[in-house]
Amino acid sequence: MKKIFGRPRSLKAAPYHYCPGCGHSIVHRLVAEVIDEMDMRGSSIGVPPAGCAVLAYFYFDIDMIEAPHGRGPALATGVKRVLPKHLVFSYQGDGDLAAIGTAESFHAANRGENITIIFINNAVYGMTGGQMAPTTILGQKTTTSPPGRTPLLDGYPVRISEILAQLRGSAYIERCAVNSPAAVMKTKRSIRKAFQYQMDNRGFSMVEILSPCPTNWKMSAVDACKWIDEVMTKEFPLGVLKDIGAKEAGKEKQS
Amino acid sequence: MQGNCVIGEAAIRAGCCFYAGYPITPQNELTEYMAENLRKADGGVFIQSESEIAAINMIAGASAAGARAMTSSSSPGISLKQEGISSMAACELPGVIVNMMRGGPGLGNIRPSQGDYFQATRGGGHGDYRTIVLAPATGQELADLTMDAFDLADKYRTPVMILADGMMGQMMEPVVFRKPKPRQYPDCYVLKGAGDGKSKFIRGLILDAIEMEEHNWKLARKYNLISRQETRCEIHEAKDAEMMIVAYGTAARVAKGAIRRLRGMDLKVGLFRPISLWPFPTRELRELSEHIKHFIVFEMSTGQMLDDVRLALQGFANIDFFGRPGGVVPTPAELSNVVSRRYPQKDAYVDRFLRFKVVEGPFGP
Repeated sequence: MKKIFGRPRSLKAAPYHYCPGCGHSIVHRLVAEVIDEMDMRGSSIGVPPAGCAVLAYFYFDIDMIEAPHGRGPALATGVKRVLPKHLVFSYQGDGDLAAIGTAESFHAANRGENITIIFINNAVYGMTGGQMAPTTILGQKTTTSPPGRTPLLDGYPVRISEILAQLRGSAYIERCAVNSPAAVMKTKRSIRKAFQYQMDNRGFSMVEILSPCPTNWKMSAVDACKWIDEVMTKEFPLGVLKDIGAKEAGKEKQS
Repeated sequence: MQGNCVIGEAAIRAGCCFYAGYPITPQNELTEYMAENLRKADGGVFIQSESEIAAINMIAGASAAGARAMTSSSSPGISLKQEGISSMAACELPGVIVNMMRGGPGLGNIRPSQGDYFQATRGGGHGDYRTIVLAPATGQELADLTMDAFDLADKYRTPVMILADGMMGQMMEPVVFRKPKPRQYPDCYVLKGAGDGKSKFIRGLILDAIEMEEHNWKLARKYNLISRQETRCEIHEAKDAEMMIVAYGTAARVAKGAIRRLRGMDLKVGLFRPISLWPFPTRELRELSEHIKHFIVFEMSTGQMLDDVRLALQGFANIDFFGRPGGVVPTPAELSNVVSRRYPQKDAYVDRFLRFKVVEGPFGP
């Protein structure tokens, strides 16, 4: 009998600790599936962050090294420079990437560091209990913005992907979501493309994934998925923000 | 060769193939040396990082991937690196960190100082850990101890710090580079992809308290082993000494000059120079106190190593202190004046300042 569905080899047979309705487990699986499809399990190194995904090394069956909060891109840089033929990715949340680790992600992108960042944007600090994140939407209530985020006191949501796309070192940046089966499939294609760019030595790649956090958004899982479509994507529009491959292809067509 | 460059050359010869750093005076020549020379070496990687924090994390990554890695900075930059040093200690990653100390606290100044002794020898970052700290006092030692630092880091899988100051970094001295030992580092600690086998992970986060406690005790046992095996010191002119200066690094050089003057005044002064600041050579110092009862600690700080000397000698000998913080380097003349005034008066009839014995004392010499 032909096996048509199973657990990816790059995932351990361990139950996730994530809350029901959380996007992390979906993204873990997608990353693992892509690694399997690319036949890279044996030469991949992942860098989990501080945050909900800190225990990713219990789930991924690949070599991993934990980074201090925000330092994933720096640590991944060190690994990648020593092992340039390996697939090296940093897995980070919004606080990790766009607040405490802004410098590390910005400069890794600017150096055109040949790594991939899997960026989970759920608009809150999930692990610490739902505090305001750099990506918290205006008006969104969190434990540290009880009346809702106001620009006057709290500033604006950071569109870090748009910022990194401006840098000449970045090769591929796309914003996706995992709130519907179609979105999940699209995200998987995006991760595959990012990893492929890395293996082709094209430079820095990042996939931002709008991911539901029903627990801290205080919603049902279904409502959380709807909220992504109705609110989050207004602030963080989905789509490709940078793709040097497409640009090159476009130029070829013109000439 | 200039001190900073000596460290760079010794590191490259020891097989360091990864360096990340951020500019800060007085150690820029080391970063520049690595930029120039490490990139020429086969497989050598030099990265000018965006911050000290990024630099230490880059070497953590490189170290995990199996490279001999180094970063360097000076006092304020080392404060920034502490997060990463603590993390490397927790994850048991080898690495070499050079601190060319300058005046502090805060931004302080860029003059030579020894104000980071506590930070270096007490771990420095958060959590229950130590780093091996080596304090060179000559150009030759900068070379030798840099090579040793890489070996020690591998042997104990822990970050090792070279603690010197702006003076050591800027000074030029002739140096002979010895042949480095071949690297011995088991493959099982290196991340290089799972291949067809089992995957591994390196982590410092251990949520279960009992498991974390066990990890702490494991580290503690390692630190105890280091304390027993890796103390280093130099004992100079101690045979007939009645008083010992205890000093390290640049201060020890000043002390040697002062001792020449003091000996000229017939004052029997020697030098105890810790080379490993952690582990501190407590046993060696206490052995000295069996026949020498007067010690004066001399530091370019307000008194930090003084604590370790007290822990070693309290109740065994008299402990005095002289220090100049803030980037002041006292001359041997100044130190010899201080020491001569505090030299133990054994005999009421001897005027040592005239270098002339008046009468043999009734209680013998």
